[in-house]
Amino acid sequence: MSVTLYVPRDAVALGLGANRVARALFAGAERRGLDVTIVRTGSRGLLWLEPMVEVGTPEGRVAYGPVTPGDVDALLDAGLVTGGDHPLRLGDPEKIPYLARQHRLTFQRCGVVDPVSVADYRAHGGYNGLEAALKLDAAGIVAAVRESGLRGRGGAGFPAGIKWNTVMLAQAPQKYVVCNADEGDSGTFADRMMMEGDPFNLIEGMTIAGIATGATRGYIYLRSEYPQAFATLKEAIANGVKAGFLGDNVMNSGKAFHLEVRLGAGAYICGEETSLLESLEGRRGIVRAKPPIPALKGFLGQPTLVNNVMTFTAVPYILENGAKAYAEYGMGRSLGTLAIQLAGNVKHGGLIEYAFGITLREIIEDFGGGTQSGRPVRAVQVGGPLGAYFPDHLLDTPLDYEAMAAKKGLVGHGGIVVFDDTVNMAKQARFAFEFCAVESCGKCTPCRIGATRGVETMDKVIAGTDTRANLAVISDLCDVMTDGSLCAMGGLTPMPVMSAITHFPEDFERGGQMSVAAE
Amino acid sequence: MLPNEPWSEPRAAGIIAEHLHLEGATLPILHALQETFGYVDEGAVPLIADALNLSRAEIHGCITFYHDFRRAPAGKHQVKLCRAEACQAMGSDALHADILARLGIDWHGTTPDGKVTVEPVYCLGLCANGPGALVDDEPLARLTADSLESALAEVKS
Repeated sequence: MSVTLYVPRDAVALGLGANRVARALFAGAERRGLDVTIVRTGSRGLLWLEPMVEVGTPEGRVAYGPVTPGDVDALLDAGLVTGGDHPLRLGDPEKIPYLARQHRLTFQRCGVVDPVSVADYRAHGGYNGLEAALKLDAAGIVAAVRESGLRGRGGAGFPAGIKWNTVMLAQAPQKYVVCNADEGDSGTFADRMMMEGDPFNLIEGMTIAGIATGATRGYIYLRSEYPQAFATLKEAIANGVKAGFLGDNVMNSGKAFHLEVRLGAGAYICGEETSLLESLEGRRGIVRAKPPIPALKGFLGQPTLVNNVMTFTAVPYILENGAKAYAEYGMGRSLGTLAIQLAGNVKHGGLIEYAFGITLREIIEDFGGGTQSGRPVRAVQVGGPLGAYFPDHLLDTPLDYEAMAAKKGLVGHGGIVVFDDTVNMAKQARFAFEFCAVESCGKCTPCRIGATRGVETMDKVIAGTDTRANLAVISDLCDVMTDGSLCAMGGLTPMPVMSAITHFPEDFERGGQMSVAAE
Repeated sequence: MLPNEPWSEPRAAGIIAEHLHLEGATLPILHALQETFGYVDEGAVPLIADALNLSRAEIHGCITFYHDFRRAPAGKHQVKLCRAEACQAMGSDALHADILARLGIDWHGTTPDGKVTVEPVYCLGLCANGPGALVDDEPLARLTADSLESALAEVKS
């Protein structure tokens, strides 16, 4: 009987040699006369263990990692195909504490299934959510989303049910569902992992959204920096159409939903929903003034539901298991789970799906195991390039929209980037302005001009020129950008800047010289 | 990677025509042209504008707004190096200086032999395994100057 080997095709695994590992496994098995089938999966998200190879045994899956092509012969000789012992043997992957501790609702299938196989998706509970949704009327689906407490996972945290309801009630000849898959924040990769590892979960979530809101067309706006996700999504959509889960008659319901992937072109600002819609329509990604809100006047002027990948992919679970099951996770007004992405200078980086309310310290210390460099943690940026830098004394803050806002930070898309004590925070503050200057769409003055003036002024601070006066200018500038910018790009760039100045003043007062540790 | 075709107006017109049924066809057309020719030739601007009934200024604005679209051919192989925060935390700034010095070029530059162009990008989603890079769309994690050199040697051969 053929033994199934699972080798990830997630971009991280590929970046660490997964294709070469797969080829070596195939060739090595052939030389030994072993009958193996290699299935390319997504990643489980234990990213320091990639490429993590799994083998299906009668007792369940057994994992090995991190596997290099050079390890393959020794692994096969040790009896990899029967789960044999070897120093790289990790045992049952779901019993690895990093994974076992998590609340995998949205990511339950990621790294487990063949991402482009409808049959495999079905066999692992896929499309149960859509099946349940088809038994409800539109208002019933929207009520389930509202009662689950699901909030937009892109960063703003707007209640999803309210948005869905607005689009549902809007009257128009054509409505749209658009997925914001322009995951541009540094330190975030949950969308990428999902699209590469379990794209049908996104397709199912969007299909449910289409049926709930009466939108028969959907687009996934994907950033061009994700070529693997693009290929996987296209293949999955084509297979979904063939199997009758997309198209004119979704699951024989008589309801239509057509889905297409569109590629961005390297503009961070297109992660802002109105700029994304401009880009999707074929124009420069310039932010639109609101109102009108996209839910009423979005793509091509029609009512459009725009949600993040993580918002849509939470929906199948909610419909399958009920709003209450989802809302049992989390705290306060942040209900359900958050896909936390632990990145940067960290020993055990990866995807941690966990109920809202876990503290930053638990994630960084218990899951992360400290820095990769072995040096002390000095700063942690939470929520992407527009998120705050937190020092050690704020690490007991729980990940919760309101609790983070109370500390002048944000949850954002759930990315956490760890820096050790060699980081120069004046340089990081300058980078925040520089990034804004490169990526600003240019429509509003505070963002377009403010970012450039910010870089110049920060250069003076770093050079030690009139430090106090120039920091006062930065502070003023940040007020103007916060209050006067049209969107979050200019409006939130002050967050990393001011948090760096507030929590790490020594890096600025010394003229931004490298900290002692780095010398 | 398929070698790029030389710029051809009839070929471009054919590619544009294939995409006219799409809603918001501009970006798909520009991507398709760049994939075929390696860049978007100036001569494509009036063709797209006519086909979509838009002004040339609008198409020009689109091409120049997005970092991805090039208006001149690049090197045979493209390297995208991530400069964002998670990679910075893993020492990408020093690494990039080393890589650019070894290649003898600056950002956006092409090596004199026309083989390699290096572009900055902000995040490739390899943030837990940085520094990250793409070489002709193939990801590289835990990047070092040496691992990039061997990856380039592989694609060049």
